[in-house]
Amino acid sequence: MEGNLNLTLKIWRQKNAQTAGKFETYQVSGISEDMSFLEMIDVLNNRLIEEGDDPVAFDHDCREGICGMCSMYINGRPHGPNKGVTTCQLHMRSFQDGQTITIEPWRAEAFPVIKDLVVNRSAFDRIIAAGGFISVNTGNAQDANSLPIPKDHADDAFAAAACIGCGACVAACKNASAMLFTSAKISQLALLPQGQAERAKRAEAMVAQMDEEGFGACSNTGACEAECPKGISLENIARMNREYFSAVFTSK
Amino acid sequence: MAWLSKSLNSSLGKKLLMAITGLFLVSFLVVHCGLNATVFFNDGGETFNKGAEFMAKNPFIRTMEIVLFGGLLLHILDGLRLWIDNKKKRPVAYAVVDGAANSKWYSRSMGLLGTLLLLFIIIHLKHFWYFSRLTDNLTEEHTLFHEMQAIFASPVVVVIYVLGCISLAYHLLHGFQSAFQTLGWNHPKYTPTIKCIGAAYSIIISIIFAAMPIAFHLNLIH
Amino acid sequence: MTKLDAKIPEGSLAEKWTKYRSSVSLVNPANKRNLEVVIVGSGLAGASAAASLAELGYKVKVFCFQDSPRRAHSIAAQGGINAAKNYQNDGDSIFRLFYDTIKGGDYRAREANVHRLAEVSGNIIDQCVAQGVPFAREYGGLLSNRSFGGTQVQRTFYAAGQTGQQLLLGAYSALQRQVGMGNVQLYARHEMLDVVVVDGKARGIIARNLVSGELERHFGHAVLLCTGGYGNVFYLSTNAMGSNVTAAWKAHKKGAFFANPCYTQIHPTCIPVSGDHQSKLTLMSESLRNDGRIWVPKKKDDPRKANEIPEDERDYYLERRYPAFGNLVPRDIASRAAKERCDAGYGVGASKMAVYLDFAAAIIRYGKAEANKRNLHQVSDEEIQALGKEVVKEKYGNLFDMYKQITGEDPYEQPMRIYPAVHYTMGGLWVDYNLMTTVPGLYALGEANFSDHGANRLGASALMQGLADGYFVIPYTIGAYLASEIRTPALSTDSEAFVNAEKAVQEQIDKLMSIKGTKSVDYFHKKLGLIMWNKCGMARNEEGLKMAIAEIQELRKEFWSDVRIPGEANNLNPELEKAGRVADFLELGELMCKDALERNESCGGHFREEYQTEDGEALRDDENFAYVAAWEYLSESKFELHKEELKFENIKIAQRSYK
Ligand SMILES: Cc1cc2nc3c(=O)[nH]c(=O)nc-3n(C[C@H](O)[C@H](O)[C@H](O)COP(=O)(O)OP(=O)(O)OC[C@H]3O[C@@H](n4cnc5c(N)ncnc54)[C@H](O)[C@@H]3O)c2cc1C
Ligand code: HEM
Ligand code: SF4
Ligand code: FES
Repeated sequence: MEGNLNLTLKIWRQKNAQTAGKFETYQVSGISEDMSFLEMIDVLNNRLIEEGDDPVAFDHDCREGICGMCSMYINGRPHGPNKGVTTCQLHMRSFQDGQTITIEPWRAEAFPVIKDLVVNRSAFDRIIAAGGFISVNTGNAQDANSLPIPKDHADDAFAAAACIGCGACVAACKNASAMLFTSAKISQLALLPQGQAERAKRAEAMVAQMDEEGFGACSNTGACEAECPKGISLENIARMNREYFSAVFTSK
Repeated sequence: MAWLSKSLNSSLGKKLLMAITGLFLVSFLVVHCGLNATVFFNDGGETFNKGAEFMAKNPFIRTMEIVLFGGLLLHILDGLRLWIDNKKKRPVAYAVVDGAANSKWYSRSMGLLGTLLLLFIIIHLKHFWYFSRLTDNLTEEHTLFHEMQAIFASPVVVVIYVLGCISLAYHLLHGFQSAFQTLGWNHPKYTPTIKCIGAAYSIIISIIFAAMPIAFHLNLIH
Repeated sequence: MTKLDAKIPEGSLAEKWTKYRSSVSLVNPANKRNLEVVIVGSGLAGASAAASLAELGYKVKVFCFQDSPRRAHSIAAQGGINAAKNYQNDGDSIFRLFYDTIKGGDYRAREANVHRLAEVSGNIIDQCVAQGVPFAREYGGLLSNRSFGGTQVQRTFYAAGQTGQQLLLGAYSALQRQVGMGNVQLYARHEMLDVVVVDGKARGIIARNLVSGELERHFGHAVLLCTGGYGNVFYLSTNAMGSNVTAAWKAHKKGAFFANPCYTQIHPTCIPVSGDHQSKLTLMSESLRNDGRIWVPKKKDDPRKANEIPEDERDYYLERRYPAFGNLVPRDIASRAAKERCDAGYGVGASKMAVYLDFAAAIIRYGKAEANKRNLHQVSDEEIQALGKEVVKEKYGNLFDMYKQITGEDPYEQPMRIYPAVHYTMGGLWVDYNLMTTVPGLYALGEANFSDHGANRLGASALMQGLADGYFVIPYTIGAYLASEIRTPALSTDSEAFVNAEKAVQEQIDKLMSIKGTKSVDYFHKKLGLIMWNKCGMARNEEGLKMAIAEIQELRKEFWSDVRIPGEANNLNPELEKAGRVADFLELGELMCKDALERNESCGGHFREEYQTEDGEALRDDENFAYVAAWEYLSESKFELHKEELKFENIKIAQRSYK
């Protein structure tokens, strides 16, 4: 008993991709405000293990908001109630004693559930493999300072590159669209001089892969931007649209 | 041309079509609204009837009418296709969704608002377009203006029109700026202006449209 | 001792690598297509190696336990990456980077490797920029640098506080490009559980598909372990939850020597522990020490809030003790100094196990500079504060946000509370100049090997090393081995060695599952962590280490009879994964203590209380301990020590001083 928060948790439990899942309700007590959300789940899991039950499976690794692995849909919002925060960085001081918290996995056709709160996000890797790179073999590079890049371009590229690939944008979007993720990479590379050579090809290939993976279209609701823990901007989607349309009409 | 159909069938292409046809309809509404607003001159429909006649006779306008129907149809079909496709992308729904936390309800309800609009447009076309173009009922004595007076006498019709205009307002409140985003026009310098114009346009045009049936009904126009 | 041959090329230090590269055996492109390389790990070392080898034409398989290679723990590195570019014209050079690294490592690293690292450091920056890594830039469009601990030049390249992320995403995109081209096969959510050795050579691995629980056999003409560090043996560390020693430890048990296991880096600036629930510790990048000043109250147990303590009642103990380097002394020194103050009763915060890292002075300094830049005159103090905060926000915004998120305190308004935490492990698999372990065909890259950092790593050098190993070293050195393997056909994974290896792995899993005891894996892990932290942490002594060894042995027994793993082995089962890792930590911990016990000196991250100067500085013994301790596994709790003498021919070995 480290703290004094008592909570009711409704958590999605699903044994594996083949079986149907359902919600289970758990009570946890003595939760400290200084705990992270995942540490609160740790407390629950330790109890479940002691009681001989299967603990709740969830993805996590760095627990500092950078690896993009954690992924919980908390009370109707990806990564919970706070802005600019991943699940692992969400702390219990954001909740009240007696609250009921519903926890679901990311839901999208392209992100099938593996177990409980764990989903398969390998579609993102395939989108990157389709064109999210600059083709430069090791050893081919020129001196780094031979290519000055205006600071604001570099800063914009960095802001787009800050995406952690968590998939909250997909989870938040009513269409399960991956536009924010895909556009962030397309933008980063389109903003840099190094990315120019493959610009058109990249936009076409990545969009095609994104569609093939089963993500929805964009309705410009802005939910992705609002829920993105890294503040990736909708401007990137606009830029992707520009990149794509100009590629469509100019590429060979 | 395989590249074109492939691109237009991509998620981005479908949206491009949506935005272009949507903005086309937006521009049509300016003309439509401007012309119809002449009923407020309260000149017994004189200016209005003149305009209507011009629209009915001018070959360019007649051609544009076909383009307009084409555009509308494209917008509707593409919209419905997107709506259905997008729904399938989340086969298992969330139990709890706090949509208000991250987006406006009308931005999430474009399909619904569009369908309401479609129903309204069908009724509206039946009332006026069918009457003026496909029947012989239009005469010197019974002008389109008179037909409006007749139709808006019914309170039910007025309510339907007002609801239609509300749907339009919300559809465009999101749709206007959304179309620019889709076309790739998003920039800190001018996006706020686009949003501002979009909101003003949606609200003003819907109020003007809604004012007509109300005014007719209350006999403020004669 | 005869067993260890570092294979350092002949010639003068500066020429070794150049000469080596032009004389090393090559594999022709047609043969490369038939040579398969298994790479375990997709961090900076693994991803860069995989991309580079695939570009050369080798058939590559990559494994990682996360759901995507982009999530390897390198992603979390914050501060920066060093390179001897001398873009700042402040006197940097390859030799100086080499020198700083050897000195920073307290003269316990191999000269030839470190020099090579310094030589290729510049190429890394070039390569990353070409890949589109958005490093910080100046207004003129050229790259920006910052300084890091243990150096007096500005040679650290960075991307805000997310340098590791940006570098890894660069390597990851290069890797994904090869995946897309079909040159690399990717196995995410796979954990390597053993190396397969055939006729004395590494020929593949056994991996568990973490989703289905199935064991898989994978052949490779060579196997590269790029599996990161083992700091999680302490339970609480800045490492990711999944970071582990399993791959390296299994290799160790198959014949790879483990070098310098006791060299652990305790990072001085981490967010202090807040309670028993704590699952991991969060680093506040070393770059903060560029601008933050570290202090404690001059009065013991001072109950006042930080902002209420006047300037002359603050003890800026690093500036006081080390005037030459001040707040930028190397990590081992800064950490010990913090511990010393807290142990003496000057600690702050509720637990009294913390010191302040204060930005007030920096905010004013930057605020004034900014006001000048913008030509503002007669600005009020508040305006200066506001301007200064803006600058600080641009530099460290994400770190400040993270701090606030975790502690609920606003570091723009009050100083951060920090305390040292386990961060990096300099020890690792022993490798020769080619990065090959003592098992032929088995390589170790990145944090998983021991090679470049001696007894203490300088900040921003791990990223450099991981990428150097993967991009610029292994593509050459692997040729030396594979050139003689072109006649080896791909072995069938039905061969006896594979079958037996898989069987052994299966048996361990079955055994773990069958214990059905009463305590969770975390229970054992926490206990182990506490033993290690208290007795083999920032300060060690003979008595404590001996006790620790006994305690660990006891704990291991208890683990194997009382651990409880729920669920099934043929399904996603995080508890089973953790159990396997903790089982290995329970063996590694013992070896770390043995190594620490053997090393009767203090150097770098290894501080033996018995060996210190009068003013509490580490006391090295170069006469007797200038060697790499490479341990051979014999049987449970039995290890044999082999020594690789370290020869310093280009640097005068000296007492390390930052005063
Ligand atoms: C918080 C933090 C901040 C840091 N900041 C800096 C910094 O600013 N500058 C700097 O130079 N260094 C920094 N470091 C150190 C540096 O980040 C690491 O040393 C370096 O990134 C390690 O890279 P790696 O490729 O060796 O291993 P990792 O990136 O740890 O990758 C390990 C890989 O191995 C895989 N793996 C492990 N075990 C298995 C197994 N059994 N089976 C299958 N796969 C396995 C993992 O999936 C992962 O892909 C920091 C470290 C931390 C923890
Ligand atoms: C006067 C009539 C209409 C106008 C002016 C109009 C205008 C617009 C505009 C500008 C957009 C935004 C395009 C974009 O986001 O890029 C839009 C979107 C949409 N419209 Fe309409 N529209 C009208 C009628 C309809 C009708 C009748 C439907 C019927 C189904 C409809 C369905 C939709 C849908 C579903 C969208 C959203 C598409 C998406 O977000 O993916 N619209 N409309
Ligand atoms: S765009 Fe934002 S929400 Fe989407 S994957 Fe990247 S970081 Fe996550
Ligand atoms: S666990 Fe890495 S971002 Fe949350």
